[in-house]
Amino acid sequence: MISTEVTPNTSVYMIAGYAIFFGVIIIYLISLLLRWNILKRDIPILEGMEKQESIAEN
Amino acid sequence: MQSKSPGLVLLDIVSVLLLSIATYLALIYAPTERVMGDVQRVFYFHVATAWVGMLGFIAAGVTGIIYLHTQNIKWDIVEVAAVEISLVFFFITIVLGSIWARPIWNTWWTWDPRLTTAAIVELIYLAYFMLRQGIEDPNRRGRFGAVYTLIGAISVPITFLSIRLFRTIHPVVIGSQSTEAQGGFNMTLPMKTAFFFALFAFTVIFIDLFWNRIRLGNLEQKVEQMKLKVMQ
Repeated sequence: MISTEVTPNTSVYMIAGYAIFFGVIIIYLISLLLRWNILKRDIPILEGMEKQESIAEN
Repeated sequence: MQSKSPGLVLLDIVSVLLLSIATYLALIYAPTERVMGDVQRVFYFHVATAWVGMLGFIAAGVTGIIYLHTQNIKWDIVEVAAVEISLVFFFITIVLGSIWARPIWNTWWTWDPRLTTAAIVELIYLAYFMLRQGIEDPNRRGRFGAVYTLIGAISVPITFLSIRLFRTIHPVVIGSQSTEAQGGFNMTLPMKTAFFFALFAFTVIFIDLFWNRIRLGNLEQKVEQMKLKVMQ
C-alpha cells in the first residue's frame, strides 16, 4: 500500500519560535547588563554624597 | 561589589555550550515529525522553558517561607531573582505554544484549561513585580513578596496537572492524555535524546541566570541602602 500522507511544511513557524526564543533571551541578558552598569555608575556618586554629608556634619 | 567569581564565569561558558548543543539536537539531530512537520521542533524548548519556569516559581515559594522564618533580606533577593527568570521563561513557553498551535490547532490561542492556567500563572507573577514597586519599606516589601509567592506557588501544580485532570486538547507527551487531545506524538530515541538534553541544559542555564540575577539583586540592595542613608 502506498502512503499518500505528506508532511506539511511548517518550517516558518519553527523559525519564528526559535527567533522569538533567542530574541527574548538576548533582550533579557542586555537588561541584566544595563541594570548592572547603571547601579555600578550610581555607587561612586552616592559615596561622594555620603562623604560630603559627613564633612558638613563635622 | 566584586567581579564575577571563576565558578560563575565557568557556568556562563557551560550554559552557552549546553544551549548550543540543545539547539543542534532540536533543530538538526532530532528527526522531522511526520504529521506536524518542523513546527514540532518547537516542543523541545517549549517544555524545557516551562520546566524551568515552574521550577523557579516553586523555588520562589520556598524562599518566601524561608524569608518569613528568618526575616533575612537576602532571601527576598533570591525570591525576586527566581520569579524574574521564571517569568521570562514562562513567557517564552506561552509564546512557543501559541506558535505551535497555529498550524496544529488552526488557532493562535484557545481558552483550554492548560493555556488558561498558564496565562493566569504568568499574570500572577507579573502582578508581583507591579505590586512590589508600590512598597517602599524593604521589610514590608519582603514580607508581602514572601506571602504572595507562597500563595502564587499554588497555581503552579494546578497548571502542571491541568492536562492530566481536565478535558483538554493540549497533548501529554509523557503519560496518558485526554481523548480530545490534538497534536500528540510518540517520541523516537533521537527525539527523546533532544528532549531530555534540553531539560538538562535549561536547568543549568536557569541556575546560571539565577546566580547572575542574585548578584544583581545584591548590588541593587547595596545601592538602595546607600540612597536611604543619603536621604536620611
